[in-house]
Parts: sequence; structure tokens; C-alpha cells
Amino acid sequence: MSVDKETVRKVARLARIAEPEERLEPLAGELNGILGWIEQLNEVDVEGVEAMTSTVDMVLPLRKDQLQDGPTGGGQPTRVVANAPKTEDHFFVVPRVVE
Amino acid sequence: MTSPVDLSLAELRDALKAKDVSSVEATQAYVSRIEAASDLNAFITPTADRALDMAKASDTKLGKGEGGSLEGVPLGIKDLFCTQGTLTTAGSHILDGFKPEYESTVSSHLWRDGAVMLGKLNMDEFAMGSSNETSFYGPVVNPWRRNGDDTKLTPGGSSGGSSASVAAHLCAGATATDTGGSIRQPASLTGTVGVKPTYGRCSRWGVVAFASSLDQAGPITRNVRDAAVMLKSMAGFDPKDSTSVDCPVPDYETALGRSLKGFKVGVPKEYRIDGMQDDIEDLWSQGIAWMKDAGAEIVDISLPLTKYALPVYYIVAPAEASSNLARYDGVKYGHRTSDSDDILSMYENTRAEGFGAEVKRRILIGTYVLSAGYYDAYYLRAQKVRKKIFDEFTNVFNDVDLILTPSAPSAAFGLGEKMADPVQMYLNDVFTVTANLAGLPGASVPAGLDKDGLPLGLQLIAKPFDEETMFTGMQAIENAAGFSARPTEWWT
Repeated sequence: MSVDKETVRKVARLARIAEPEERLEPLAGELNGILGWIEQLNEVDVEGVEAMTSTVDMVLPLRKDQLQDGPTGGGQPTRVVANAPKTEDHFFVVPRVVE
Repeated sequence: MTSPVDLSLAELRDALKAKDVSSVEATQAYVSRIEAASDLNAFITPTADRALDMAKASDTKLGKGEGGSLEGVPLGIKDLFCTQGTLTTAGSHILDGFKPEYESTVSSHLWRDGAVMLGKLNMDEFAMGSSNETSFYGPVVNPWRRNGDDTKLTPGGSSGGSSASVAAHLCAGATATDTGGSIRQPASLTGTVGVKPTYGRCSRWGVVAFASSLDQAGPITRNVRDAAVMLKSMAGFDPKDSTSVDCPVPDYETALGRSLKGFKVGVPKEYRIDGMQDDIEDLWSQGIAWMKDAGAEIVDISLPLTKYALPVYYIVAPAEASSNLARYDGVKYGHRTSDSDDILSMYENTRAEGFGAEVKRRILIGTYVLSAGYYDAYYLRAQKVRKKIFDEFTNVFNDVDLILTPSAPSAAFGLGEKMADPVQMYLNDVFTVTANLAGLPGASVPAGLDKDGLPLGLQLIAKPFDEETMFTGMQAIENAAGFSARPTEWWT
């Protein structure tokens, strides 16, 4: 499998990263270099092997469905938006999305 | 009297308790050294005022005979740990101005135990790199130089600010993180001790995420005892991280005095690779002899899937990163572009301006391997090979207690030497990445100098949650190696 310029354009759009036209071709070369090296995984027989998601044998813990104390708790709108580039009345402000 | 900066972390802890030195004195001495060491570029944000305030508070406690296990000890914090009210950048332009409203669990444990924060340490952008050259704030320079040569060398990465500042005595110890080798490789390249604990041992809450199934925090210190003291404080269950494991944290210092008699140390033949420096192979043989002398039985083992670990990593880590880094959108925190017509161009330009080349490359790889039509061929296959690597370790650990390998395939290399070819750079982690994929604890201990006078480390890998045996083995290496070399202070 080899990546071409159009694939890079599509992937960059999916990743929401603006890549200038002149970077698409060089990026395809870089990605192919890495992907070509990764291809060696095709040598490994993975028939019947379960895909691994966690190295620790544990069940995902559940917490009580109630308001937490501290930084993960509620009622702190000023702190939630404190680092936002643009806010208004505790709302994040973004460019218009609905005409 | 010796300067407090020449005391190891454990010695300083004891001297503070005995009131031989005050925390303000020690902190002031470190602050002066940090100011004089700007050529190393180890700190992104020094926090001298906060450090002295914390030191004063510690001295008050120490004066009353109170205080925690690290009371008054000045530390550096990798800039991947969120620190409340203090700029946290992850080495990236996209986190410009980000002052977290909360404290990472690991750093809060250190403050709970009385430690003093000297500042935030430089690192590869989002911990993606092995030489510290991907940092938006410029590369950290290794305090070590080749004999008779003033070429600037890398301190390793991604925790290069941590490794360099510990090697240069700019702090008593430092926090670091390891996703594919980012604690152990920089430790090896700077003559310091680096410990990556078992996945789940340290909470990831408040640590800027790179690859969530691989990331673990750990210490970089001057010696093995210091690492034991720091890890004890950093570790522990945290309900805010669902992958944090609820099991007691042992006193690792106790494990240092134990004998290796009766333990079996495995030596994997697959870690002998083409292109490895000759003196690393010699040092490894030396390490095997040291283990034998310390009473351990040496067992030849085989881990045939070793060569597939890095390719697995370069699918799994970018895939997880592409998902984790989706949060940087110019809305909630950090940089936002001033050049946009609509929300899509706002996202795309913000991310194009905010991320560096290596981070973009990895996000694109991750997005590609997760995209429709390629998911099975790349991501699913990688997760299956990862399971086979995990099983291979599990089987080997039925027969041995520890595995001994080199930490890195080379000593510190010149800044700029490996930036042109990403795959060459990735090979730095060839010996360390397996422990991340299998979730195992691993550590690098300085073991000697190469022919150019640069430090080299040996790595120990242990069973899950058996950091104690790892510390026993690390102490045996440290005792046998008697590593006491220091870099010449060219930077002051």
C-alpha cells in the first residue's frame, strides 16, 4: 500500500490540519518511508490472535453516578473557560456555524 | 561544607531533616545554577519565586520536626505535567499561554510530600521525539561532551530537559514520562537513572496525553536510591485515572539492600543488533558478569518478536495520538489562528500553526491507519502483534525474574545528526519500546563510559508490579559499576 498526494490531502482534511499544496508531495514521501518500514508486520502470523487493548487484566471501574468534589466536579464555569482564547458569559466563542 | 546541590536527593532529604541545611539555602543554590545554565536550555519555565515560597513553608515544617518524605527537596517537573497556575506547554506552540486550573496527580503527590518546584522542564513536543529537537522551545543541550570535542550533543528525548537538568545538578531529581523509551533513553545518554514503572502504577490524570495505552510517569535521578524515594511518592492509586491500578505501593528503598542471590536474570539474544556501538556490547557482557557476581543466575532467553516492536509502536502510538490531540482545536485553550473565514479553516489553520513537523507527521500517520479501509490492515494487525509480544514476555517471565539489556543502541549523538530520517530517529527506542507495549516496568542505570567519554546505560525489565526486584537489580549494577563520572561544567 502506498500513499499518494491525494491520500495525504484527504488524511490532512480528516485530521483538520491545513497542509499547503507544495507540502503534499513531500509528505507522501515521508509517510511512505514510515509505512514501508511498518509493512514488515505482514510477516507475523496473527491468525486467531486477539487484538490487545490493555496490558493490565482489569475491569474498567465504575464510579457512583453523582457529582464529584474538586476539579472534576461541577459549578466552576469560570475555571472551565479560564484558558479559552475567546469567551462570552462562560461560553466558548467560535466562528458562526449556522447561517 | 559541600554545596547542597552536590548532595543526592536522599542525602539532601536527610540533611534537611537533620537541619544541616535549610530548604531555602538548597533552593537558592539550585535557582542560581539554573540561571547560570541557560546554554543548556533545560527549563521552559523556571519558577524561582514559587520555589522560594515553597522552600520557606518547608523550612517552617522542618523547624517543627514535621514534614513529608520529600520535605524541602527541590525538583524539576517535565512540562507534560499540568501544574496549577503555572504555564504548561508540552513543548508545543499550540499550548501557548495554557495555565492549568488543576494539578496533575503525580505532581500533587510530590507537593503533598513536601517537594519544592524549581520549574517546568523542556521536552520534545508532546513527548514525540528521541533527541529533544522537536520542542517548540528549541533543543536541550546535553551537559556531556565527547572528549576534546565541543560538538553539541542531544540529552535524549523526550524527557531531555529532565535528564540534562539532573546530570547538570540543576535539580535534585526530575519527573519524566515514558511512552516508548522517553525516560530510559535520555537517562542512558546523560549518565542518570531513569525508571518507567508498570503501566497503571502512576496516575496519568493531569499528564498531557500522547498515547494513553503506553504513557507512564516516572523519575529521572542521579542514583538508584533517589529514584526509589521519588517513585514511592509519585506512585499510587487514583480514582480519576480509570487505568490506575489499586494496589499498595511498596517502600522501594527497602528493596535496595536485598541480595540478588537466587534470582534469575534473562539475557535476550535478539537485543544484539546490527549497527550497535561495540562498547555497548562490551558493557552488556560486563553487566552480565556483574549480575553473576551479585549472586544471580544468568539464563539465555529468546524474544523472537523483538524486531516487530517498533513497527507496532509506530502504528499504535500515532493512532492514539491522533485521537488524543484532536482536542487542540483553538476553542478551549492555547493558540487560536487569527487567519480564518469559518470554523473549518479556524480548526485547520490553528492546528497547522500550532503543531510542529513531527507531531503533524504522527497525526497524519495515526489518522491514516485508523481510516476506513486501512484499520484492519494496520491498526488491528498491530494490536494483534502487540498481544503476541505481550505473551512472549509473559512466557519468558515464567523462567526469569529480570531481563538485562542495553538501554539504547548508541551514546549521545550530535544535535541535527538524525533529524533528516524519521525511521533512523525512531530506532533509538529499539530496546525500550517493548516494555511499553507489554506494560512492564523498565529502568536504565548508568554503567560506564564509551571510548569518547560519554555515558552508557544498562536496562533492566521486570515483571508487572515487581519494581522491587528491579530496584534490587539496579542497585547491584550501581554498586558494581561505581559510576561517578560528571560532565565538565562548560556551560557556566
